[in-house]
Amino acid sequence: MIPLSWYIILSAALFTIGIVGVLSRRNIFIILMSMELMLNAANINLVAFSHYSQTLTGQIFVMFVITVAAAEAAVALAIIILLSRNRGSIYVDEFNIMKG
Amino acid sequence: MPTLYQQFMQSMMPILPEAIVIIVALTVLVFDFFIEKERKSLLGWYSLAGIVIAAYASYTLMPMGGTFFGGTFHLDPFATFFNFVFYIACGLGILVSINYLEVEDIHRGEYYALMLFATSGMMFMASAGDLILLYLGLELMALSIYILAGFMRGSNRSNEAAIKYLILGAFSSGIMLYGMSLLYGLAGTTNLSGILAFLRVADLSNPIIFLAMIMLTVSFGFKVAAAPFHMWVPDVYEGAPTSVTAFMSAGPKVAGFAVLLRVFLYTFEPLREHSTAILAGLAVLTMAVGNVMALSQTNIKRMLAYSSIAHAGYALVGLAAGGPDGAASVMLYVLIYAFMNMGAFGVVIMLRKAGERGEEISDFAGLGKTNKTAAFLMLIFMFSLTGIPPLAGFIGKFYIFKSAVEAGLVWLAVAGVLFSAISAYFYLRVIMVMYMHEPKESIELSSAPSLALALAISVTAVIVIGIYPTDLLNYARASIAGIM
Repeated sequence: MIPLSWYIILSAALFTIGIVGVLSRRNIFIILMSMELMLNAANINLVAFSHYSQTLTGQIFVMFVITVAAAEAAVALAIIILLSRNRGSIYVDEFNIMKG
Repeated sequence: MPTLYQQFMQSMMPILPEAIVIIVALTVLVFDFFIEKERKSLLGWYSLAGIVIAAYASYTLMPMGGTFFGGTFHLDPFATFFNFVFYIACGLGILVSINYLEVEDIHRGEYYALMLFATSGMMFMASAGDLILLYLGLELMALSIYILAGFMRGSNRSNEAAIKYLILGAFSSGIMLYGMSLLYGLAGTTNLSGILAFLRVADLSNPIIFLAMIMLTVSFGFKVAAAPFHMWVPDVYEGAPTSVTAFMSAGPKVAGFAVLLRVFLYTFEPLREHSTAILAGLAVLTMAVGNVMALSQTNIKRMLAYSSIAHAGYALVGLAAGGPDGAASVMLYVLIYAFMNMGAFGVVIMLRKAGERGEEISDFAGLGKTNKTAAFLMLIFMFSLTGIPPLAGFIGKFYIFKSAVEAGLVWLAVAGVLFSAISAYFYLRVIMVMYMHEPKESIELSSAPSLALALAISVTAVIVIGIYPTDLLNYARASIAGIM
């Protein structure tokens, strides 16, 4: 049986990659994918803990998280379409009308 | 023997107000198809009626308390108090929107539906007794408001506000989710009471507990616009349609405080020493950033955005003070804040008319001569935001700082008073521009019965609460008793 710590290390690594991705990338799609990585890192944690503590709550939580992530992606893509239509760019450092 | 149907209705009673709000939102989406473009304001009044009915349902449910749906949903006086604040924020938000949407030519039915969905999300957040419901309520609120922020589809500024809010919002909820997964792993349950029971017996030197607490603090700090997680606030507040900004500055922020109060003063009670240090640090930083950055703003929406950061800082002072007094003062403060901020944004909306944005502070020049009523209302709201007696803003700040002094955080109270002295500069500057500068040209204000009603409600509340706060404070104190 795979020890619990392996899952936790995997999820911590994924979460870190996600955070670094969101903070360092310019392309908005890569940022969205990095955010999905963060959510999935939490999902791996939840499923692993659920399995090892023999409670189902974690797996139910994951179902909800997956649903919310899909809804979030839908809203994000709609906004990105507007942005690329109005401004012709998907690079976040070009969205700088407002600052200060 | 009750029938199955009766049993079902009986078990659904606790979420009646939320159900009403959601049903009204869904019917708004349907009615939207049958109502022609010129008469969309009907949908606004219909949504408002829904909010009033939901408020009445909350009122009738007040004697019925307890925990439902297997510990996931609390129907307690605490949640009911916050539900009333959400009704106020949503109701005033709808009233200031009706005319504004007409002026901006974005009058579509989804607007009201999204506003109601966001409100129902906030209500679930305030009632949540479980991390799953907390997360779902937060996302329901956040997703609706991302869309509202980008509601002016053709406007670059609105698009930009929406994407900035979405990226940072989703980022922060990812962090929160990871913290929640750690809490679940430690405690073996997602129930807030279960986590409290675990923390009571747990070895608190475990660093993972702190990691989880800090992750939750970061994401709730983001929702209430606490520094250093405030970067999105000025841009989003400036770019979003003004009516959405008004709603955003009252609704989600108050919901964030509802969650902070429940999680930090109830679930994380055993970690009190450490959480006080974190919250006090956040409070000082937030007050400093909000008040100092607001000094140099020329755009009124941006100025009010920094002001809303500063006000989150004052409320965090009450949260750091903790205890029933601290919690009651935070609840009173967010209620007062919802009224005065809605009022201030209402006056800003009056200045918006076709062909002119009316968002610069210089646009207020000479308002005291050309439109005495609008200028006087703005004067009241600015005085209240500064915290000048006898207006409500003073009462709110007074109880916050009083609870901090009583909790032994004298330095925090002193810092708060000093920072609110700084804030007088940028609030009074608006008044100075209105009364001492000459009007540039004749200012014609857009006004409508709905907007006038919203302003009348706000200004009455600001004055009445300022003069007679006792009952409200006692009500807040009684509400907090259930969770402490």
